[in-house]
Amino acid sequence: MSICWSAIEITINGESASVQVPPMKRLLDVLREDLGLTGTKEGCGEGECGSCSVRMNGELVNSCLVPVLQADGARIETVEGLAIDAELHPLQKAFLECGGAQCGICTPGMLMAATQLLARNPSPSLSEIREGLAGNLCRCTGFMKIFDSVIEAAAMNGEMKNAR
Amino acid sequence: MSASPKTRIVGTAQIRKEGVDKVLGRAKYVDDLEIEGMWYGATVRSSIPRGRITGIHFSPNLPGIDWSEFVVVTAADIPGKNHIQMIAADQPCLAGGMVNHCDEAIVLIAHRDKRRLPAAVSGVRVEYEPFTAVLSIEDSEAQREIIWGDNNVFKQFHLEKGNVDSVWATAEHIVEGEYHTGAQEHLYIENNGVIAEYNEEAGIKVWGSLQCPFYVHKSLMAVFDLPADKVRVIQTETGGAFGGKEDYPSVLASHAGLLAMKARRPIKMVYDRMEDLAATTKRHPSRTRHRTAVDKNGKLLAMEIEIATDGGAYSTLSSTVLSRATLHSTGPYVCPNVRIHSKAWATNTVPYGAFRGFGAPQTIFAIERHMEQVAKAVGIDSTEIRRRNFLHDGDSTATEQIMREPVILDILLERALEESGYHAKRKAFAIENANSAIRRGMGIAAFYHGSGFTGSGERTLNSLAGIDVTVDGRVRVLVSSTEFGQGTNTILTQIAAESLGIPYEDVEMAPPDTGIVPNSGPTVASRTSMVVGKLIERAGRQLIAALRDSAGLGELYSTQDFLTACENHRAIHGTVESLCRYEAPPNIFWDDRAYRGEAYPAFAWAVYVAEVAVDTTTYSAEVTNFYAVQEVGKVLNPTLAAGQIEGGVAQGVGYALYEKVILKNGHMANNQMTNYIMPTAADVPPIAVFFEEIPFEHGAYGAKGIGELPHDGPAPAILNAIQDAIGENFTSIPLQPEDIFVRLAFVNAGEAVEA
Repeated sequence: MSICWSAIEITINGESASVQVPPMKRLLDVLREDLGLTGTKEGCGEGECGSCSVRMNGELVNSCLVPVLQADGARIETVEGLAIDAELHPLQKAFLECGGAQCGICTPGMLMAATQLLARNPSPSLSEIREGLAGNLCRCTGFMKIFDSVIEAAAMNGEMKNAR
Repeated sequence: MSASPKTRIVGTAQIRKEGVDKVLGRAKYVDDLEIEGMWYGATVRSSIPRGRITGIHFSPNLPGIDWSEFVVVTAADIPGKNHIQMIAADQPCLAGGMVNHCDEAIVLIAHRDKRRLPAAVSGVRVEYEPFTAVLSIEDSEAQREIIWGDNNVFKQFHLEKGNVDSVWATAEHIVEGEYHTGAQEHLYIENNGVIAEYNEEAGIKVWGSLQCPFYVHKSLMAVFDLPADKVRVIQTETGGAFGGKEDYPSVLASHAGLLAMKARRPIKMVYDRMEDLAATTKRHPSRTRHRTAVDKNGKLLAMEIEIATDGGAYSTLSSTVLSRATLHSTGPYVCPNVRIHSKAWATNTVPYGAFRGFGAPQTIFAIERHMEQVAKAVGIDSTEIRRRNFLHDGDSTATEQIMREPVILDILLERALEESGYHAKRKAFAIENANSAIRRGMGIAAFYHGSGFTGSGERTLNSLAGIDVTVDGRVRVLVSSTEFGQGTNTILTQIAAESLGIPYEDVEMAPPDTGIVPNSGPTVASRTSMVVGKLIERAGRQLIAALRDSAGLGELYSTQDFLTACENHRAIHGTVESLCRYEAPPNIFWDDRAYRGEAYPAFAWAVYVAEVAVDTTTYSAEVTNFYAVQEVGKVLNPTLAAGQIEGGVAQGVGYALYEKVILKNGHMANNQMTNYIMPTAADVPPIAVFFEEIPFEHGAYGAKGIGELPHDGPAPAILNAIQDAIGENFTSIPLQPEDIFVRLAFVNAGEAVEA
């Protein structure tokens, strides 16, 4: 049995990619299996835990709920695209320094959700952070150090802007 | 009290050792790994809680399923023993004759395309002769059906101190209570998963998400009838565990190994969330009964405690969980007369296993709720009943262990009251509550958690750990203790760097591979920092002494000088390796038969305060602030330590208010994250963490255990606060809005309610 699927074109972390896969294949599986981007994790497969969070055309999505067909022509950002060359993204730095990552399995999704939050709201309040990350479950940290990390990253971003 | 030694690295907030890999998304968890030629495995499970298997049929004519393309394994394919080697060996690797719980593994199947597996699994039809199932502690106690041994009891303990019966007749107050705790799912975000590879010459090799490589190693030796050197277990990056990957990986590794042996190719088995929730271990449900005598001032005279836990279908870790439950059931109090009787019962449910706290959260919930009722009976405050009964230096516990280390419960209580603004808030809430639908309250829990294995456990483990320096100059910590978020890598390399006198950055962890590292024991029981850390501290000092002695290392040295000395040492001795074996602290005595003596080498102590708001319109209870004050010995890394406390408190909040395992005919009915609810970023209260530090001489740089402690206190503190807010004595967790609704809307109105 061999079926020839039509190509799906996506821009992934700024680079264009083309995959020939079943159109209903989950974006999560395309990222992990076809593009080798295993940074995006599966936690529940039903859009509850947010471990598979990626950005699609500037929106945060659960990639386990997105058939790749829907991502045709889309711009996808994953955890692998956060650091530029060897320089960690401010959120990555802050998660390291503040203890925002423990076992690390929710971290990629959490970082993408936090990226989305700061893109919309560069200096969120604690309650805005709580709401912005409520779709991403972490079982290790109790979230306190994740909140600290986002506040710290927002401050770093502010400093970078002021330095310019 | 020993003085805190001056340290450079220990006690500082070093960056998590594997943190960069984690934030970059390049840390490799088992599902991120692929091996050339690898197939995928899946499991056919029992659909009934108890019965005899009478037939296994592979449906012919299933669209798209050609059975000749699949590899199929049943119990008949097991080359060694059909059991998972835990404390006992009663749990089969694959059910052959009887099934004893829903979701028990019966048939394994593998295919090159994992997307073909679900249809194939549902194409296997198992026929049963069903037997009557035992589905609760009470069913098991009734012994109408005997499902394990000759009385359904996995284990029991009996402990007597003084003579409780001499007290009842004359005591001022006798207070009785019965407390229940539900099952709790670990809900690590990474499900269980392994990859196994098998060949005749090398034997079996397993990579997996797991806590205890040598537990898996021992289990595989039995299932495959292989010698130790033909079994190799490698831990991959592990996405949370909390006890849930202590014993279950032995089951899953055996399954994947059997498929790999038959398929003659590597096999990956990774559970999805529904399978992980339905089939793997959880926290033991419990029922604890208290009968307590106090004098007119509230001083404890006698405690009679009866504990029953639900162990599920096989004994797994139930005996040791029960032991810890028993040893924590009196709370941190002095009482001259104590009787404890505890039993772990068999039921036809998925075996309950290890979960952070390991029995202690269950019995601490009971005693700390009960002390609240004792206070009310006596007519004194929640703080006063505790203060009058706290253990102090020189007092003895129920096992007649004398407290030889400082016990500072009074200080912890004072600090908790002060930091939380306890008295002022209670006063304000009492006024506000009178005119508000939102009722606020404050609750306290005081408790200890024993560090390390119980009783003579650490002596039996006889752990070995150390440090080596490779020919290419890498300084490595050699342990089988694993990292799964709690900070093993960071803490142990901090300790090694400290004792070797070189920078943190210059020390790394050897791979967690049974072919490389010695057996430093399982990564459980809040033992890694204290016990294994101490071995690393000693190994470092031992290596430095050897290098000074025979390899020309001076008083002051750089990493380069250290490595040069290591090469001199290698030239003489062939290797640079320093291993240390566990040595028990002196004067430790434990009598397993009488259940008496030093139950733990050290205890971590805590007083927690919960602040809650109960909405009497929606009946929901919310934790609005949480204060955690503890003494865990020397804090080795303040960021990691606070992270442990915050994470444990959040799990405790879930245990108290949200997380309910609903069983239907023994099968978990809510086996999805959609309807098994853990606290989210929007639900957790602000958690304020405070440490008092009293270095413990026999722990690494003064450390005691920390990991499990924070799960012990939140549930009773929260329910105590709810009682403070609305005056209701709730005795079961999880306490959900429905329960509060039933109590406030019906029971108090005098209407009958069906349970």
